[in-house]
Amino acid sequence: MGKYITPPRWMRKTMPRAITYIFLTCATIMIFVPIVILMFGSVKTTGQMYSHPYAVPNPPDWSNIRHILNTPSFWNMLKNSLIVMVATTSGTVAICALAAFVFARMQFNGKNFFLNLFTVGLMFPINVAILPVYFVLRQMEQIGIPMIDKLWGVILVQIAFQLSGNIMILRGFFTAVPMDLQDAAYMDGCTNFDFFRRIMLPLVKPSLSAVGALVMIASWNDLLVPLVVLNSNNLWTLPLGTMQFQGQYGQDLALVSAFVALSAIPTIIFYFFAERQIISGLTAGAVKG
Amino acid sequence: MQLIPAAQKELNLKKNSISRRRIQDRFVIALFLLPALVLFSLFVIYPIFRSLYFSTFNWKGFGPAVDYIGIDNYRKILTDEVFLKAIKNVLLIIVLSLGIQLPLALILAVLVGRDLPGRSLFRTVFFLPYVLSEVNTAIMWMLLYNPDPERGILNAIMVMFGLEPIAWLADMKIVIFAIFVTLTWKYFGFHMLLYLTGLQNIPKEIEEAARIDGANSIQNFLFITLPLLGSTIKTSVYMSVLGSIQQFILVWVMTKGGPVNASETMATYMYRFGFVRFQLGYGSAVAIIMFILCMIFSLIYQALTRKPDYLTGL
Repeated sequence: MGKYITPPRWMRKTMPRAITYIFLTCATIMIFVPIVILMFGSVKTTGQMYSHPYAVPNPPDWSNIRHILNTPSFWNMLKNSLIVMVATTSGTVAICALAAFVFARMQFNGKNFFLNLFTVGLMFPINVAILPVYFVLRQMEQIGIPMIDKLWGVILVQIAFQLSGNIMILRGFFTAVPMDLQDAAYMDGCTNFDFFRRIMLPLVKPSLSAVGALVMIASWNDLLVPLVVLNSNNLWTLPLGTMQFQGQYGQDLALVSAFVALSAIPTIIFYFFAERQIISGLTAGAVKG
Repeated sequence: MQLIPAAQKELNLKKNSISRRRIQDRFVIALFLLPALVLFSLFVIYPIFRSLYFSTFNWKGFGPAVDYIGIDNYRKILTDEVFLKAIKNVLLIIVLSLGIQLPLALILAVLVGRDLPGRSLFRTVFFLPYVLSEVNTAIMWMLLYNPDPERGILNAIMVMFGLEPIAWLADMKIVIFAIFVTLTWKYFGFHMLLYLTGLQNIPKEIEEAARIDGANSIQNFLFITLPLLGSTIKTSVYMSVLGSIQQFILVWVMTKGGPVNASETMATYMYRFGFVRFQLGYGSAVAIIMFILCMIFSLIYQALTRKPDYLTGL
């Protein structure tokens, strides 16, 4: 009996598919609406922005984009952001790889204590810690170590708050390398240092780049640490500059759109190139952490 | 007789190399851990104690902290209506996230599934907002939320349907929901990604076996997929709650916690007292309270996940 009631096979297969696609397409449109409106706004004149705020810019007007690209302070912010990002990323990856190797591959007294110590960092995210960290930076300043209003202050704080999570992620990857390899290497007289550098590092290279990609994005997007540490505007990073720009020219929607679009485009391009690394790093972090 | 000294020598050599190895091990452990430990102790552990100390003072940041007031700061915070409002807002964001954002992410993940053509394209698109900075996200959404229907698309749509325009970010009752929509836009892709990974780890055979036994797709989802996703869902809930407790930049850029504290979160409250009003002692106490909340929640989560998961045994 059931045979006559159930729809034909092709329908059973294509109907849910069609509904799925309709649903997913709606979600895709909702993701793109804010981005597209921003991109449109960035190539409009202020007048066009007021008369047709969400219409397709026709013809596109590049004056705002050109205006920002001709401002030296924009390039200066870009440079500061790059310096911070490169330093934070290389520092984090190097320091975390060393520590993760020890936690994954070596036995010593107090190992659990130190591991637990680092998990405290997971419960003390930078958004909560920012004021306490500011105290310490001020204290260091008082004893003669300049930290406030310095790019390295931003870099060191960013690295410190990237440690916990990334040590845990990398530890997982290091543990996954078969133990036999280590025994064989030691049998052949390999030192710990050589084993780490010549065997471990090449093996976990994909994981290092996954962690690196995540840290790059976190550092590039970070607003809070630069906001608290930096005062002079020639040290501002791009997110900090974006926030100040919005505060200053908030009424000129077209100009603000152009600025935001220019600062978002590098992230979007980077995402399309490094999507695989970002995603594998994030999922590993979530499973391990 | 002649063999003995030779054997002895060999044994000594071996012993020697073992102890040398041990010393070398210690050295490597110390050297490799040192940079992480120094930075971590200095910028993460030490600040906790430092602000625990300052939280017992009435200190405005000028000169040394001398006005010791015990737990007065904590008492004041926990009875401050604005802080209670911040807690209420954080709870509301948590409830909305767990009730709307995560289920939405789960539904989308199941729809994209394992083998839908175009799967990776959808994944790329849904995850895109997560990599955009919070400042850029906030400003983008401020354009959409513009109260003037001539400028903000949301109000333009409202007017098109003959409704009154709404001051999304300036209405005390609506602002927190407007912020929640932005949060969902930015973060649902992350949770969807977790679910997609979790779905991939479920063997296809189990669902096929259930289907052969006559389970329809809804039964399959409720009784097979959902329980097997248990540990993934726990992780995603944990991340969502911890993220909500420390929500800051989006709110700060969009509303600064206003209007009249209507969108205050704990982090904006701390920032205001610490960096705007420079009541450093009071701000420290807020930081300590937030830290304790995060810690309690993390410990609960760890206790819950230590139990073996239903079916997977993970």
